[in-house]
Amino acid sequence: MARKAAIIAAGQTYHKSKRRDVNIVELIHEAVKACLEDAQMGPKDIDAVLIGNMEHFEGVYNPDLWAVDATGALMKHALKITTGGTTGASVAHAGYYHVASGLFDCVLCIGWEKQSDGDTTAGLIFQSDPLFERSNMAGAIGTFALAASEYMDRFGISEEQAAKVAVKNRGNAVNNPYAHLRRPVTVQDVLTSPPLAHPIKLLDMCPTSDGACAIIVASEEVARKKSPNKPAWFKALATRHDQPFNSDLPLLINMRTLQSAAKEAYKQAGITNPRKQFDVAEFYEPCTFAELSWYEALGFCELGGGGKLIDSGVTEMTGELPVNPSGGVISTNCIGATAMIRVAEAALQVMGKAGARQVDGVKTALATGFGGSFWTEITILEGN
Amino acid sequence: MGEQEKTGVELLDISSPANFPYDYSCGKIGSFFFKALRDQQKFYGRKCSECGKVYIPPRPVCGPCYAPTNEWVEVGPQGVLECFTVVHFSFLDPMTGKKRPVPYGYGLIKLDRADSRIQHFLSESDASRLKVGMRMEAVFNEEREGKLSDIKWFKPVE
Repeated sequence: MARKAAIIAAGQTYHKSKRRDVNIVELIHEAVKACLEDAQMGPKDIDAVLIGNMEHFEGVYNPDLWAVDATGALMKHALKITTGGTTGASVAHAGYYHVASGLFDCVLCIGWEKQSDGDTTAGLIFQSDPLFERSNMAGAIGTFALAASEYMDRFGISEEQAAKVAVKNRGNAVNNPYAHLRRPVTVQDVLTSPPLAHPIKLLDMCPTSDGACAIIVASEEVARKKSPNKPAWFKALATRHDQPFNSDLPLLINMRTLQSAAKEAYKQAGITNPRKQFDVAEFYEPCTFAELSWYEALGFCELGGGGKLIDSGVTEMTGELPVNPSGGVISTNCIGATAMIRVAEAALQVMGKAGARQVDGVKTALATGFGGSFWTEITILEGN
Repeated sequence: MGEQEKTGVELLDISSPANFPYDYSCGKIGSFFFKALRDQQKFYGRKCSECGKVYIPPRPVCGPCYAPTNEWVEVGPQGVLECFTVVHFSFLDPMTGKKRPVPYGYGLIKLDRADSRIQHFLSESDASRLKVGMRMEAVFNEEREGKLSDIKWFKPVE
């Protein structure tokens, strides 16, 4: 039987395109230090350290080794986890499994990426199939452009409806001191921004950021006795992987990994009406169109209804179910940290520590991760 | 020269423009597929022994059935454009070490008689001339080496 586990602390760096004031180890240390301070703990309180990023983006391998002094992993159980964009959520889930198993009581989980040290589009091409995909694919932007063309054609989703996602999330980022892009944008700004890959324009797409995030996952005993924060309990989690090629996948059409993971996690958590039962959601939305299609896969609306849902304002800060109060991935994207930031932001909402981006009275929060070939990690957190 | 930031410290970067080549094995199935492209200008998909799904790219195992594929089925060279884009942003191509020329069109094409799609370049780099659902056909290069780039691109069927 799995033990209860909770997130008891979170820390993140300030994010920007180029954090040239720090190297990789210093960047990681910044998030770890913030997290340990939030927990009022030191390395002696931690019994395992888990870390993840996309190593080939920077060309620096085994960060678990290089960063050992900065993570506090010296003479401890430590593990590196890399699953693509989902990495940060995979690390958080591994933290849960470590604690839920009964083998560890207090696990430090770290996600990071220093994209400015390398070239992410080249890195993403390099992780696609060398025989069949590398010669023509164009990183995440190209893949989402293909997906968006099919999604728009199938359901009549408009570029204006997608633009409203950027307007909402970039507007929310103004309230998040850690967000990379904190300037609000209008629908017109998005529609007239430079084309990246039809139909994706600059402001439809996430930025590339340098940054790191850390959380502490603790057992019930540690959470109740030592945590200075209100614990954010893991209520349910689920992971799904898919077939290897973009050409195998339904892409954004009712994304099957997300739908399947949601079905399992909702069953575990007793969620039958996600729009009513979740108080807030943090999505891993690499582009505007993705957020719309994932409203559908997550059951916030019917299949093909993502455009109408954003039109209705339900997912605004003032709506029934705010999505991405942090500003989301469209405002901050430090890949190996991105999916962990979703979990950390959901935890902050449950703890009531999200500052100006706090949604009132959050009891239950949803976080999603995206990566690999349309892979999913779903996390549902709840308060006491 | 490093720039001065708030710290007052001159910040430096160390560059590493390494040349680090790789050679990828095609395996038995990939070799059959690429030789057919090179020598016959034909596409072959691989059929699942249980569900009968015909896979492009060809592979040894059908994931959903977890059963071997055991038959080659000729597919294409025409098919349907199921999604597309025209890439405008410039980026480093890790296959060449140079910027990939833009704009270029690429898409996912469901070849006739195949059940999955192939990702490749399109002849058009003007999005207004492309439409989901268009019939497309493969155009092969004169000189072929046994790799995916033996197909120049897919063009709309006249």
